[in-house]
Amino acid sequence: MPLSESQLEEEIKGKLAGVPVSFNVGKSGLEAHVGREHLIELCKLLHDEPSLCFDYLRCISTVDWIEDGQIEVVYHLYSMAHGHCIIIKVRIPREEPKLPTVSGIWAAANWLEREAYDLMGVVFDGHPDLRRILLPQDWEGHPLRKDYSYDPVEFDEWYAAKVRRGEIP
Amino acid sequence: MKRNSDSGIGSNYPWHKQRPVIEEPRPGEALRADRLIVNMGPQHPSTHGVLRMILTVDGEWVVAAEPDIGYLHRGFEKLAEMRDYDGTIFLSDRWDYLASMSNNIAMSLAIERLLDIQVPERAQWIRMLVAELQRIASHLVFIAAYGLDMGAMTPFFYCFRERERIVGFFEALCGARLTYHYVRVGGVAADLPDGFLEELEKFIPMLQSGFDEIDELLIYNPILIERTSGIGIIPPHLAVSYGLSGPMIRASGIPYDVRKCHPYLFYDAVDWDVITHEACDSWARVWVRSQEMRQSLRIVKQVVERLKEMPAGEVRVKLGRSIRPQKGDCYVAIESPRGELGIYIVSDGSGKPYRVKIRGPSFVNLSIAPRVLPGVKIADLVAILGSFDLVMGEVDR
Repeated sequence: MPLSESQLEEEIKGKLAGVPVSFNVGKSGLEAHVGREHLIELCKLLHDEPSLCFDYLRCISTVDWIEDGQIEVVYHLYSMAHGHCIIIKVRIPREEPKLPTVSGIWAAANWLEREAYDLMGVVFDGHPDLRRILLPQDWEGHPLRKDYSYDPVEFDEWYAAKVRRGEIP
Repeated sequence: MKRNSDSGIGSNYPWHKQRPVIEEPRPGEALRADRLIVNMGPQHPSTHGVLRMILTVDGEWVVAAEPDIGYLHRGFEKLAEMRDYDGTIFLSDRWDYLASMSNNIAMSLAIERLLDIQVPERAQWIRMLVAELQRIASHLVFIAAYGLDMGAMTPFFYCFRERERIVGFFEALCGARLTYHYVRVGGVAADLPDGFLEELEKFIPMLQSGFDEIDELLIYNPILIERTSGIGIIPPHLAVSYGLSGPMIRASGIPYDVRKCHPYLFYDAVDWDVITHEACDSWARVWVRSQEMRQSLRIVKQVVERLKEMPAGEVRVKLGRSIRPQKGDCYVAIESPRGELGIYIVSDGSGKPYRVKIRGPSFVNLSIAPRVLPGVKIADLVAILGSFDLVMGEVDR
C-alpha cells in the first residue's frame, strides 16, 4: 500500500539524521526541499531504504528563477515496490550552477542531466559524460536560460561572422 | 560515491535469472581485425528518423554504440514559454507525430491541473476514446515498420489498412490526419459528429479480425520469433534503473503503466489488464504492443457503450479569452503509446507558461542503447533498436 503524504514525511524524517530537509505538499504530491550539499545523502536514503525504495526516476526538470538569481532543479521519484511518489527540489545560485550528479543512483539521470546541462547550463559534478546532447557541441550559451537571446537577426550576424572567420565551411 | 546502481535490486525480479543467457563464441585473437568506427544514420532506412548511431565494431560485433541525437531539435520547451497557454497545445502535436492526440491530452491535463478546473464528463470519455484509438494506430505503425525492418513486407499493408481507417475517424472528428489539435484546454474542440459511434461500432469487429491476421502473419511467425527472441535482453533491474516506460518496461516483466499506477481520466472505471512479458527481449517488446492493442480495443468498446448512453452536451469549459493560472507548478504524466509522457509546467501568474519541461518517453528509452547494444552482432542491431519504437520528434523535441 502506498504511504500517504504525511506518513511518508514522518518516515523520511525518522530515517534522516540531522539532514536539514523541509517538506510541503504541492499540486503533485509531497515536496522535499534540500540544499545541494545534502542532496546525495537524501537521494541515497530514498533509494536504499527498503521502506522507501524510490527506485524509479521519472524526470529531472530545471527552472530558471532569474529574479531570485537561482536555478531550481526538480527530481520526480516513484517507488515501483510501494507506489508512492516524492518530489525533490534543490535551488542553486545562477552564477555557480553546480550540483552533484545522481547518475550513480539512477541510471536514467545520465541523459536527463546531460539535457539539463545542455539547455540550462547546470553542471553536474561527477557525471561520467557531461557533454551537450541535443545541441551541437560548439553551441554557445544555454537556451532555456531566461536571459538567452533568441533574436534571429543577432543569430544571423553571429553565424555570418563565423563563416567569415572560416570556422564554418 | 562508488556504487553500482544496476546491481541493487535484481533480487526483486526472480524471473530474469531463470532465463539462460546465450553466449556467442567470439573470434580468437589471431582472427581479430582492427576496430572500426561506423556511422549508422542519420540517413538510414531502419532508424525511422534522423538518429545517428556511432558504432565501434570489431568484425561483426558491436563494441560500443553511441546515439547522436538532436537533428530534429526544434526547441519546443523554449517556444512554449513564448506563447499563451492555449497556443502550446498545437506545439504538442509535433512532439510525437505518431500520437498527437496523446500529446494534446498530456498538455491539456497539465494546464487544467494548474487551473484547478473540472472538465465535463463527456469530454473526458471522448479523450479516452481518442487516446486508445491513437494507441492502436501508433502500435500498428510500429508493427508495420518493424516487420519491414525484419524483411516482412506484407504485414505492412495489413497494418496500414487498419491504421488508415482509424486516421479516417480522426479526420471526421477534426479534419486533420496527423496533427489533430482536437483536445483543448478545458475539454475537446467539438462533440462527436452524427453517426460517429455507430460507424465505430461497425469498425470494431473488423479491427479485431485485423489483429488476428497480424498476429498470425507476423507476431507468431516462426521466422520473426527465431530472428528476434533472445536478443536485446533488458533485465528488469536495468529497465527500472534507466527509467524505461511503456511497452519497453512491461516487456521486462514490470507492470508499470501510468494508467494503472497514476490513474487519470476514467481509466480506473473501465475493465482492462496491464500486459507484461517476462522474456525481456526484442520479441517480447513486439508481442506486448500487439496485445496492448487488444486491451485498447477492450477499452474502446466500453467507452463507446458509455458515450452512447450519455446525452450529447457540454464538451468544453468556457475559460475566457486568456488563461492565467495562479503561481505554482505541477507534474502530469500520461501513458502515451511509447510510455510515460510527463509534463512539468510552472506558472508565474502571467498569461504565458514560465517553464514547460517535456519528459519524452522515447528520449529516456533510447538512453539504455549504449548499455544493451555492445556485444551484439551488427545484423541484430536493427532488430534491437527497431523494437524500442523511437519517434525522433519526441527524442529531440
